[in-house]
Amino acid sequence: MPRYFTDEHEWIDVEGDTATVGITDYAQGQLGDIVFVELPRVGSEVARGKDAAVVESVKAASDVYAPITGEVTEANGALEDDPALVNSSPEDQGWFFKLTIANKSELDGLMDAAAYKSFCDSL
Amino acid sequence: MSDDNDSEFEAETATLPLDGWHRGKGARMVEFAGYWMPVQYEGIVAEHLWTRAHAGLFDVSHMGQLEVSGEAAEAALEAVLPIDLSTLKPGRQRYSLLLDESGGVLDDLMVTNAAHRFYLVVNGATKWDDIAHLREHLPDEITLTHLEDDALLALQGPEAARALARLGLDPVNDGWPRVEEMVFMQAGPFSWNGVPLRVSRSGYTGEDGYEISVPAARVETLAEALCAQPEVQPIGLGARDSLRLEAGLPLYGHDLSREISPIEAGLTFGINKRRRGEGGFAGADRIQRELAEGTARKSVGLTLEGRLPAREGAEVYAGDAKVGRVTSGGFSPTLGHPIAMAIVDSAHSAEGTPLVVDVRGKRLSAAVAPMPFVPHNYFRGDR
Repeated sequence: MPRYFTDEHEWIDVEGDTATVGITDYAQGQLGDIVFVELPRVGSEVARGKDAAVVESVKAASDVYAPITGEVTEANGALEDDPALVNSSPEDQGWFFKLTIANKSELDGLMDAAAYKSFCDSL
Repeated sequence: MSDDNDSEFEAETATLPLDGWHRGKGARMVEFAGYWMPVQYEGIVAEHLWTRAHAGLFDVSHMGQLEVSGEAAEAALEAVLPIDLSTLKPGRQRYSLLLDESGGVLDDLMVTNAAHRFYLVVNGATKWDDIAHLREHLPDEITLTHLEDDALLALQGPEAARALARLGLDPVNDGWPRVEEMVFMQAGPFSWNGVPLRVSRSGYTGEDGYEISVPAARVETLAEALCAQPEVQPIGLGARDSLRLEAGLPLYGHDLSREISPIEAGLTFGINKRRRGEGGFAGADRIQRELAEGTARKSVGLTLEGRLPAREGAEVYAGDAKVGRVTSGGFSPTLGHPIAMAIVDSAHSAEGTPLVVDVRGKRLSAAVAPMPFVPHNYFRGDR
């Protein structure tokens, strides 16, 4: 299944009409120790580029934007008990939410792993 | 003056003497108080817990180090600070407050009697305003020196004394205690391999420890020597903030400001008892009135249920009524839950009072808690 990346340091796994969204290893490293993740409600609509989640580190609260538009179908309940999963397994067990993709054309122009890596190297 | 003109006068972010050393240690640097400063090295939680268990080295060279001297320095300082210097012996340090005429707090600071002169440490973000204020209010015959060529390190934690003792600092004055014999709020001049140091047993973490003033040209040598001790790791600003919050120590510009009086902030101890009665210092009218009549609001500690931290600005409610706001807050690594300082209506300031904090529309259960949240561990010579 293809994985896409945004310049806001989110990753998106696409499987048919469903996408799984999380933040990248680079992002968790920048945020530091994560103590709480506020996830969107199941059934809510998130819009590309708009607030979808909030990550609280020891230091500060940071918004996470929805990389694409869609309806949230599942939120990662494991983060409630163990928000540090975002630090230890950001691109696997620390996923944030799943959504039904509203408009597949929004995936155009997102980065693949190689492009994202060189994007991070340039920062 | 337009914004465009203002920006022309904006100072560029300055670098600390240890800038390269921090970067070499893998620090993430952020802008703070006009300087590039290390916010973290390994990670805030790890650094925080290391300091509580061992010893952490903090670079606080952004803070202002000042010296006040002159024949009448004592009287001149008492005119600008609500402090009693007649009871502050040489080699002793005390907390004080710089107040404006209406009793608002311009800064909080440490004053050391350095024998024939006074040594002051003020906050980094306010030091230029403090200097201007002091120059305006101190008489001409008093000399105010900004010790700009000195760096300042803090070594904090239960193993700080053991680590610093190993460096073999010599007291400059005969008969003065060695660093491991000093007690909380004691201070003095030392020599380390010929390098002059000012050492005080104090800090901003609630732990035992020291603040060490050292010529900027020699600070890297000292930082290296300290970090070579097995007890010591470098610690960033992030953990400095979470440590001081757990210790219930206010942060100027957040828990303390021109809008919050020292009485509201619970810092009555920062105003000397004799001076409280006599007055004769800036803001005395308000201070004396508030001491006699009480204040309508008070600073309190809050413990929050759950894991979601409440940050500065979050509104505090008693039922549906707004009764205050959070002045600083975060997640306590030691306790494993969020804590905060808030200023609330005095009617809701009693320990144990249940309150609600609003964070992005979520209503979090909180309770007024005694501070410090984590007990202080100062060395007073009794262990």
